[in-house]
Amino acid sequence: MNEYNFAYLDEQTKRMIRRAILKALAVPGYQVPFASREMPMPYGWGTGGVQVSAATLTPEDTFKVIDQGADDTTNAVSIRKFFENTAGVATTEETTKATVIQTRHRIPEVKLTEDQILVYQVPIPEPLRFLEPRETETRKMHSLGEYGLMHVKLYEDISQHGAISTAYAYPVKVSGRYVMDPSPIPKFDNPKLEMDAIQLFGAGREQRIYALPPHTKVVSLDFEDYPFEATKADHPCDLCGAKDSYLDEVIMDDAGDRMFVCSDTDYCRTRRAQGHDGRLSKEDAV
Amino acid sequence: MYVAVKGGEKAIENAHAWLAEERRGSTDVTELSIAQIREQLSLAVNRVMAEGSLFDPDLAALAIKQARGDLIEAIFLVRAYRTTLPRFGYSNPVETGQMACDRRISATFKDAPGGQVLGSTFDYTHRLLDFKLAAEGEVPLAPESQPRSEPIPHIADFLQDEGIIQDEPTSDATPGDLTREPMEFPAGRPLRLQSLTRGDEGFVLGMAYSTQRGYARNHAFVGELRIGKVAVEMDIPELGFAIEIGEVELTECETVNQFKGSKTEPPQFTRGYGLVFGQSERKSIAMALVDRALRWGELGEENLGAPAQDEEFVLSHADNIQATGFLEHIKLPHYVDFQAELELVRKLRLETDGRTTPQEAAE
Repeated sequence: MNEYNFAYLDEQTKRMIRRAILKALAVPGYQVPFASREMPMPYGWGTGGVQVSAATLTPEDTFKVIDQGADDTTNAVSIRKFFENTAGVATTEETTKATVIQTRHRIPEVKLTEDQILVYQVPIPEPLRFLEPRETETRKMHSLGEYGLMHVKLYEDISQHGAISTAYAYPVKVSGRYVMDPSPIPKFDNPKLEMDAIQLFGAGREQRIYALPPHTKVVSLDFEDYPFEATKADHPCDLCGAKDSYLDEVIMDDAGDRMFVCSDTDYCRTRRAQGHDGRLSKEDAV
Repeated sequence: MYVAVKGGEKAIENAHAWLAEERRGSTDVTELSIAQIREQLSLAVNRVMAEGSLFDPDLAALAIKQARGDLIEAIFLVRAYRTTLPRFGYSNPVETGQMACDRRISATFKDAPGGQVLGSTFDYTHRLLDFKLAAEGEVPLAPESQPRSEPIPHIADFLQDEGIIQDEPTSDATPGDLTREPMEFPAGRPLRLQSLTRGDEGFVLGMAYSTQRGYARNHAFVGELRIGKVAVEMDIPELGFAIEIGEVELTECETVNQFKGSKTEPPQFTRGYGLVFGQSERKSIAMALVDRALRWGELGEENLGAPAQDEEFVLSHADNIQATGFLEHIKLPHYVDFQAELELVRKLRLETDGRTTPQEAAE
């Protein structure tokens, strides 16, 4: 694909995206409109993240792509290949070696550093969207800091179900100002949103970019008597024994037996290489 | 045993290889050429150009071949290609009044200067399968006549001369470009028309149809429908004048709609406008109806709460590339989110009725 510019997009388009990124970093949690382009993968499949990555990558970068925490899920493979072809950057599956990580639905388990950039793919950037479908209204609510509707929703959850019934894409308040959708990460990942790395969020179809600069205060919305809780399956990983990682539940046989494994494949592999094992790691050796 | 899907890379390669084979179909059958698609499936080519926002019949034909005839997929290929094309500048507005018409009809006047020219239309064909086509018979040549040498005037101009159709506000302001600026609401008419002309034909048709059935009814007459080629001219700064850089085929539809008048306007006719690449009649008529429905505010009409009157609703959902991408993305893995939901639902069930799920009981 040599006929395409570095990282597919032309330089003017990348500049336009970089301006949006800089604005987003200057106003943490604010959704900056940008003129999203049609990419050669479908809207909803990471075009926002891909455009942000394309505008962020330099030839010296090492790029990692995860989907559901894993490097080998089909769409992660597809996006990694796209940048191998169009940017020729080095790629890696090791979280610690990557300088730019594009992710869908997860934050890596390993603590990221200030030398890294985490790029999120975002389907619906507007945290208020399912409370108010109109963009004209939600933009007004953000500009006035009018988030009562969201608190009412959380309160209604508690009164109906006894708990806040949002398990992923759990809303957060950024620097005490904007309520932000952290993308559909499980709420287990929410505490990690305060980190050393730059976090960029790209929503291609909805034409929005937003960001969290390093060390930004990010608070998951809750009530004093119903505090936010980062939950995960109450098991250790069956392959590496980790008790602190987010787990996927896998159905193993027709009888419905389950196993629990780290969703972050690099984290799990690294731990196993270090000699950790879990309930089923012997069987997995075959 | 760990059964989660692994080896995505190999699976993708194999899937692509199989797809290529399926696209080709049986090798006992001659392969379709781009020229065959361009010449013999020209209305499909027109739709792909219109919704792909790129006038290039050969590229559209290639996209249709590559997409195995899935027109939305073909439109997607053209749109993605379009992203990579440098933007040299903007052409001057095309003069549809100067169009070399292959077809031009009016439903409002029995005859008018320029006449009724049926052109190549399905309109009065009986929809009977023609089994002769299965035998690949040659087609007799259609009779020819001399084209009219002078330009064919727009029907709406006659109504305008009489002063009984609303004046379109004229402006030299540069319209926005929805492919270069993010859409914001209210969008205004130029962006609405841009969005509608590249919008999904089925969606725009459905919206237009809803206005005919009473959701913000505004009875439309097809004042004029014309199809033909127009010259595209561009100002060249170095030359100081405009030169013709090519021609495109367009379908233009102007509707004439009833209007009983408002607080500020006397009773008069109003207009809806549709302009689409290629021979795209259904789309251009539908576009004109939806355009007219969206003009309620400007004309001081009542907002009846109908879907076709709702600019944000119509424009946010008209693009089939956005829609199909987001719709189909739910095929992608969501197990992380689903796992979070599983935990939540189990927890909520535990709290509401104290029962444990079989899964938890087993552990």
